[in-house]
Amino acid sequence: MKWIAAALLVILLLLLPSFAGDFYVNLASQILIAAIFALSLNLLVGYGGMTSLGHASYLGVAAYISALLTSRYGFGHGPAAVLSIAGTTAMAAFFGVIALRATGLGFLMITLALSQVLWGLAYRMSNVTNGDNGIAGLTRPMPFGISLDSAASFYWFALVVASFAYLMMTIFVSSSFGSSLKGVRDQPRRMAALGFNPWMIRWITFVYAGFWGGVSGLLYVYYNKYIHPTSLSTTSSAEALLGVIAGGSGTPGGPLVGAALVLLLKNYASAYIERWNMLLGLVFLFIVLVMPTGIVPGFSRLATGLRRGSR
Amino acid sequence: MTISRRQFVSSVGGASIAGMAAPNLVFAQNNGPIRIGLLAAKTGPLASGGIDMELAMAMFLKERENTLAGRKVELIVADTAGAPATARTKAQELIEKNNIHCIIGPLAAFEALAIADYLTEKEIPTLGVAAAEDMTQRHPSPWFVRLTSTSAQCAYPLADYSAKELKYKKIVTIADDFAYGHEMCAGFQRSFEDNGGKIIQKIFTPLATPDYGSYVAQVKSADAIFLGTAGSNGFRFIRQFIEYGLKDKMAVIGGMTALDESVLRNMGDEALGILTTSWYSAELDNPLNKVFAAAFRKQFKYDPGYYAGGVYVTAEVLEAALKTTKGNVEDKKALMTAIRGSSVETVRGLVKIDEFGNAIGNVYIRKVARSDGRLVNSVIKTYPDVSQFWTYDKTEFLKNPVYSRDYPPAKNLEL
Amino acid sequence: MVSQLSEQDRQTMQFWIIQGLNSLSLGGLLFLLSSGFSLIFGLMRLANLTHGAFFMLGTYFGAIALRSYDGLNIWVTALGAGIAVAAIGGLFERLVLTRLKTNPLGQVLVTLGMSFIISDACLLLWGGDSIPVPTPRNLQSPTRVLGFVFPTYRLVLVGCAIGAAVALYFLLERTRLGAMIRAGVDDGQMARAVGIPVSNLFTVVFCLGTGIAGAGGVLGGPILSAYPGLDADMLPLALIVVILGGIGSLLGAFIGSFVIGFIYTFGTALFPELAYIILFLPMIVVIAFRPQGLFGRVGA
Repeated sequence: MKWIAAALLVILLLLLPSFAGDFYVNLASQILIAAIFALSLNLLVGYGGMTSLGHASYLGVAAYISALLTSRYGFGHGPAAVLSIAGTTAMAAFFGVIALRATGLGFLMITLALSQVLWGLAYRMSNVTNGDNGIAGLTRPMPFGISLDSAASFYWFALVVASFAYLMMTIFVSSSFGSSLKGVRDQPRRMAALGFNPWMIRWITFVYAGFWGGVSGLLYVYYNKYIHPTSLSTTSSAEALLGVIAGGSGTPGGPLVGAALVLLLKNYASAYIERWNMLLGLVFLFIVLVMPTGIVPGFSRLATGLRRGSR
Repeated sequence: MTISRRQFVSSVGGASIAGMAAPNLVFAQNNGPIRIGLLAAKTGPLASGGIDMELAMAMFLKERENTLAGRKVELIVADTAGAPATARTKAQELIEKNNIHCIIGPLAAFEALAIADYLTEKEIPTLGVAAAEDMTQRHPSPWFVRLTSTSAQCAYPLADYSAKELKYKKIVTIADDFAYGHEMCAGFQRSFEDNGGKIIQKIFTPLATPDYGSYVAQVKSADAIFLGTAGSNGFRFIRQFIEYGLKDKMAVIGGMTALDESVLRNMGDEALGILTTSWYSAELDNPLNKVFAAAFRKQFKYDPGYYAGGVYVTAEVLEAALKTTKGNVEDKKALMTAIRGSSVETVRGLVKIDEFGNAIGNVYIRKVARSDGRLVNSVIKTYPDVSQFWTYDKTEFLKNPVYSRDYPPAKNLEL
Repeated sequence: MVSQLSEQDRQTMQFWIIQGLNSLSLGGLLFLLSSGFSLIFGLMRLANLTHGAFFMLGTYFGAIALRSYDGLNIWVTALGAGIAVAAIGGLFERLVLTRLKTNPLGQVLVTLGMSFIISDACLLLWGGDSIPVPTPRNLQSPTRVLGFVFPTYRLVLVGCAIGAAVALYFLLERTRLGAMIRAGVDDGQMARAVGIPVSNLFTVVFCLGTGIAGAGGVLGGPILSAYPGLDADMLPLALIVVILGGIGSLLGAFIGSFVIGFIYTFGTALFPELAYIILFLPMIVVIAFRPQGLFGRVGA
């Protein structure tokens, strides 16, 4: 039953451009980008027990590096992508060392502070980043010579990358490393007593999360063909965090649902409802009251309950 | 206070049924309505301007019974939330989902820059409000025009006035630390120093500055302080300027958004006598504005300012262009040509468009005064036919880099 | 004496004195903002991310009330706004937050969600323009300090902060309620075991914390004004102060507020290029080397 549903979903996703207009295909691309970002954040929040409010750092930095290398220094997209991801991952490694000095609220604050520092630098170093005008006139890469300029072609590209990201991150959390990560999340002292190195486990997760955050940043800048300091803002990080929690932080599918929810409310419902910010807040309140661990766990519990009831 | 989209569309429907009963004086090329998209930031920190934009547009269309050049009009308003990614999505929504024929807005420079390539690719006539200099200088698009002004365009006349008529010698500038503030202060500095004055200090305040106290305390003594601020930052700064006792020592002058009408209504006597410069004032004496300002004030209880005036002027120019094309919006090139060839009497005066798509029109030096018990920007001098290049040679101007925090270099700073 | 100094010396002295006083008044404002947050976090281990919005709500109440009724006293208004915000906070705590005691992520979601609701409601009710809060008439004329002029109200604000600190100290150290709160902070389970109604205590503390924020919003109004986005500007400041000062420590919040006040004021004046970073760098440094903050307890 589950496999049929999954297969149908895959077919639906692949065929989306053939029955939906460009606007909806573009919306789907944006959801895929937000999903990768949310999944990477979930490694930290859901599986690592580290609530970060600065994850936009990785999205923004990767985007900026790619934008600068391609538009100002004449790099091709391939080398620029490699350098962006490498740079972002190195930064995540460095930030991880600082951030992991604290836990809980302190960790949240450091991640927030680090992203704010980057945000401020993006505005202030306007010789490099063009400040609040942002960097415009960017291009999309042409993997294997295929143009990504049309809505459909970009969508399929994003779908491939997102599927790969999902796969890699799911393997990560289901592996034995993932188990030790969950162990560190739940019982750090016991894990240490058993001979694990909680700090190292957390740090590796932090770096891996930063890596995929960077990947989402590349897709983001390819999609928008523009980058601006707001992508590094706390709002950007907060929306992702909210999506992860609302969708269900300990689950592989939760962040996808949560990211889609936030994006659709922001970009789609806002056309019909002027007070969409308030609606967003109310939806979050509702989710937490009715499904305290998130939408996906809530729905699966509902499904289990129905199945049990119908027996 | 704001009109919900549903309300507006239904009112359009009602009005259009009434409109169909009126005789068709102009042959409409197509039976469908003209669809205009309005990109306004209705939430977020820029909300004040975005809300005004929508109100003015709604009023403009209602006055004309939602008919321009004999054809029904449908207005679709999209909230960009003041974020570039959202602006892009909304632009896509307007173009791909709502099939609009032209766009008015957006408000902020970075919103405009985020969607510029997309609008050019889709060939959508865009009548913007954002003041970013380069959009009509070094990176113009054939599909973009701006009926308001560039960031520095209105600063030049004020600098000229300060040097020649007020005889100021030393001025301090303060503005928000983003491109708009940089460009405006750069233009002011250039014109002021060309006339023999000196800018002795340039302060740029970070974007999220809740308290201006430490900045007020840094201000060096000079003849005047020039405010290149936007939104309500100008008035918050002035309040603290007065509290620190500086208003008695230095005059205050400001750019086009420093003391906008929307901000003035919340101020008191402390604002009297402050000079600002803009391409508009609600007190303008021409026949079109007398009607518009009074109607706006009657309906919304405050005077129209930069954003309301900007959208209204833009709509007037659009209407004139539509009359030229006899209501045809499907031929986008023809519409764009008509817009770019405009020479229209509007509420700001006569507006023409230069070859880069920017407006050439009057710039007014205004002084805050009290009239009918409320504060207004009363006009004391008009500089006619001001272009974005002021008195500078166009080619030389464009060879220089775009105005920024460090260009033109400030050579007279006192340390 | 001052008039005998050279102009250069005079300007330097003016700089240090004025900016010093600015630091104090900013510190006072920050304490009014963050003391409530510190109290709530200390007892309930809840990072109240709605705190900036509650503060802003107070500012809006103050702005509207003081502009509509000419003779209204700012102190009365602050008290009234504090009570109103405390009531809203109490409802929120009782209806929503109580269910999330073991769900820290849910707390994040709900407090941020509530801040969206409050800020959008303010936009809906009072529009997008900045609304000034009038300075009390008898405090409008500047004070002369050593030959320099400084706004009187800002000095009064420092007094308010000190007054609030003293009042809170008295409450926590010398009253029964305070003793219960301290017990709850130190060891919640034990406190419950000896019969302290910790759940009701939580509601009381949440009301107190948000009430202080609301009143602080009114008192900070003449300097800040009510505008959309005030909540997002204020929340990080509250977080920074509490993290720097140490979680669960009122003294930490007090000292932290003034330390941040000084760093921010002098930092932006002396190093304008670092304006954005100047707030966060000290906090990052402190957490990196002393994760519990200046006065916090380890393991908090």
